[in-house]
Amino acid sequence: MKQLLIYSISLLLSATASAQIAVKADTIFTMSGNPVVNGTILIKDGKIEAIGQNLSIPSNYKIYTAKIVTPGLVDARSTIGLSGAYNIPSDQDQIEKSGPLQPELRAIDAYNPEDKLVDYVLRNGTTTVHTGHGIGALASGQTMIVKTKKGLTDDVTIKPVAMIAMTIGPSVSSNFQSPGTKSKQIAMLRAELLKAQLAMKASQKDTSKVGDLRQQTLQQLLRGELKALISANTAVEIMSAIRLAKEFNLKLVIEGAAEGYRLIDQIKASKAEIIVHPTMARAGGAMLNMTMENAAILTNAGIPVSIESGFEGYVPKSRIILYEAAIALRNGLSFTEALRTITINPAKLLGIDNRVGSIEKGKDADLVLFNGDPFEYTTKACAVIVDGKVEIEDACDR
Amino acid sequence: MRKCLLLLLTAVIYLSVHAQPNLVAFKGALIYTGTGRSIPNGVLIVQNGKVITVGDATTSIPANAQVVDMTGKVIMPGIVDTHSHIGGPEGGDRSSPLNPDIRVLDAVNPTSKAFKKALAGGLTTVNIMPGSGQLMSGQTIYVKLREATTIEDLLVTNERGVYGGIKMANGTNPMNGTPGYPGTRSKSAAMDRDLFMKAVEYKKKIDKAGKDSTKFPDRDLRMEPMVEVLNGKRIVHFHTHKANDILTVLRLQKEFGFRVVLHHVTEGYIVAKEIAAAKVPCSIINVDAPGGKAEAMNLWAGNGGVLEKAGVLTAIHTDDGITDSRLLLRSAAMSVRDGMSREEAIKSLTINGAKMLDLEKRVGSLEAGKDADFVILSGDPFSVYTHVLQTWVEGIKRFDLSNPADKAFAVGGYGVYSPDAVTHAHEDDHD
Repeated sequence: MKQLLIYSISLLLSATASAQIAVKADTIFTMSGNPVVNGTILIKDGKIEAIGQNLSIPSNYKIYTAKIVTPGLVDARSTIGLSGAYNIPSDQDQIEKSGPLQPELRAIDAYNPEDKLVDYVLRNGTTTVHTGHGIGALASGQTMIVKTKKGLTDDVTIKPVAMIAMTIGPSVSSNFQSPGTKSKQIAMLRAELLKAQLAMKASQKDTSKVGDLRQQTLQQLLRGELKALISANTAVEIMSAIRLAKEFNLKLVIEGAAEGYRLIDQIKASKAEIIVHPTMARAGGAMLNMTMENAAILTNAGIPVSIESGFEGYVPKSRIILYEAAIALRNGLSFTEALRTITINPAKLLGIDNRVGSIEKGKDADLVLFNGDPFEYTTKACAVIVDGKVEIEDACDR
Repeated sequence: MRKCLLLLLTAVIYLSVHAQPNLVAFKGALIYTGTGRSIPNGVLIVQNGKVITVGDATTSIPANAQVVDMTGKVIMPGIVDTHSHIGGPEGGDRSSPLNPDIRVLDAVNPTSKAFKKALAGGLTTVNIMPGSGQLMSGQTIYVKLREATTIEDLLVTNERGVYGGIKMANGTNPMNGTPGYPGTRSKSAAMDRDLFMKAVEYKKKIDKAGKDSTKFPDRDLRMEPMVEVLNGKRIVHFHTHKANDILTVLRLQKEFGFRVVLHHVTEGYIVAKEIAAAKVPCSIINVDAPGGKAEAMNLWAGNGGVLEKAGVLTAIHTDDGITDSRLLLRSAAMSVRDGMSREEAIKSLTINGAKMLDLEKRVGSLEAGKDADFVILSGDPFSVYTHVLQTWVEGIKRFDLSNPADKAFAVGGYGVYSPDAVTHAHEDDHD
């Protein structure tokens, strides 16, 4: 009986938590048309019900107010949930060092929604993350897309398989005995893709010849069902990625792209999509020639970019896309373009712009409530709403 | 005749580039003096590398002064970074967990491009340290970011006659499995105490000898800097994160009476009262996310505000490459966001750090007689939209954003950095 009572109370509580909400703000950056000044957003059943200037708020809606509201931020590429905050062997699942080519590894089998960093990025406005296997293997595994709200992996997952994470660059050769050179890296990738291509052909005549799990995964890549997420930073690496994608007709997403600003024409011609390294990444190794102006130079040349939190091996253990976009803003991106790099641009790149990335009727009610200009150093995210539920609140009262 | 003209021309160019204009007055800027004062529409007059006057708009400007209009700009003292690894100090030597005899002086490259990056962030004085992978990794150096050929060109000697402190660390970094290194926190403290006891004995022999140099003990390179530590001449810069580790430092400090600055102090907000009672200053760091190692899990940008309220002398450092020298103003802004006062945040970048290096009589504030180290900003020091426009060291302009070659160091680009400008951030070496 007592248990039943507790159960009904908790049911009641969870119902309240996802109750109808109205958010009023001085300015709402919808990322779909002009900002709405003195606007209101109505939220019902986890979705945006309405947005406008003179909406009447039904009496049963709980009202939140903010100076600025943006869509929940979308992180184009992270390893969060796989590269745990403690940075000890038991919480590092982003890279499997038993072999350099393991596209069959699924992110969903490792993702830890309870890692402290997941909560931390949520507090800083990130509501959707493209995460998964890391940088530093020819094919480290698959990626997935999750919401950062509290819940079990299956409950927070938007896409269990998003892309195949691949890397061209010195990190591969430092993680594995072979490949030891750039040329060998590409040779090994070509050999494996060719094998998958041949198996795909053979299976058209005889379905039993489809190949093993690895072959089948790579065939998804070859058929264009999954995008190839290739980490490449120097001009040489970027051109190798473009060449490889052309040879095997891969849908290419270039991650990092530190020297992307040197290859405007080539990137445009390749139609590759670009995820730019964290603006505050450390200039060294393959990223020696990075510039904080990269995102602005590419954007101004007409190449839409998304900014990622990427991967960090030490302190800080994760970057925060809101901060990285802020530094891109002070280095040449306009306010709107900076906000696009962490909202609608990655939503499109990830193929989830029907759900997230902008504030529009029918989309997921993912919102960040700020007490000022979101990019200003002294501004805080006071509340974060995911799928219509207030996940973080009163953060500005601390 | 033509040769003569050429010579004259060269001389004119040389003078305009190298010679300090005798007297320069910057007027119209909002001046943060670093002493807690801010002067709207202020006047800063410098001459021969020193500050002559700082005052409000009524300050009289000598007729022979070159007047520079800085209306709408902000001027603050050159930033003092109390903890950095720029210029290649190298992590520390693995031959021993305690290395009082090792000097980063012998490693740092005085022409490293990393110094240009630091200038782009408004830094003018830097404490360059060896890493934290040892209990004691060696002697640090205090440098001014002057034009330099040799390391001596960079050094700045404080009023106690030293140009550096000594770096110590506790917590997990020194417990890295190197043979002969501690495996536990208790062993770490025991090894520290053992070294200090030996230093106390050595110092006793010197004290006993008095002025009779024939009775001095033999020179001992490990003991000499330790005696400076015991004399209070050389400050201990102690890497420590967790509350229990912080308290261990305070305990050691009490036992041996050395002067200490706590560095990083991640969980300082938990033991702020104890730190304040011990009158020990804190040089803290703000990092964008917690973690990366167990002792940094409870990192919180509210730390600085809590320490301020507890009355602890607080500075904010880069620990470059953990955070970027070009973004130290941003780090302080994070403290402001989470509770530190703006006045204290300015001091935490300037005079407070200068005090932690015994350099407060020369740097850290804009006052008559002090070094003309200052930064000209386009706006509010704590705004994302603000840029460092110019950085001046001892009356010489060392960074100018309007100069493309300087700007390259502020943003990066093809061929700007050489690998030696890269400050690695490895567990074993830094933070």
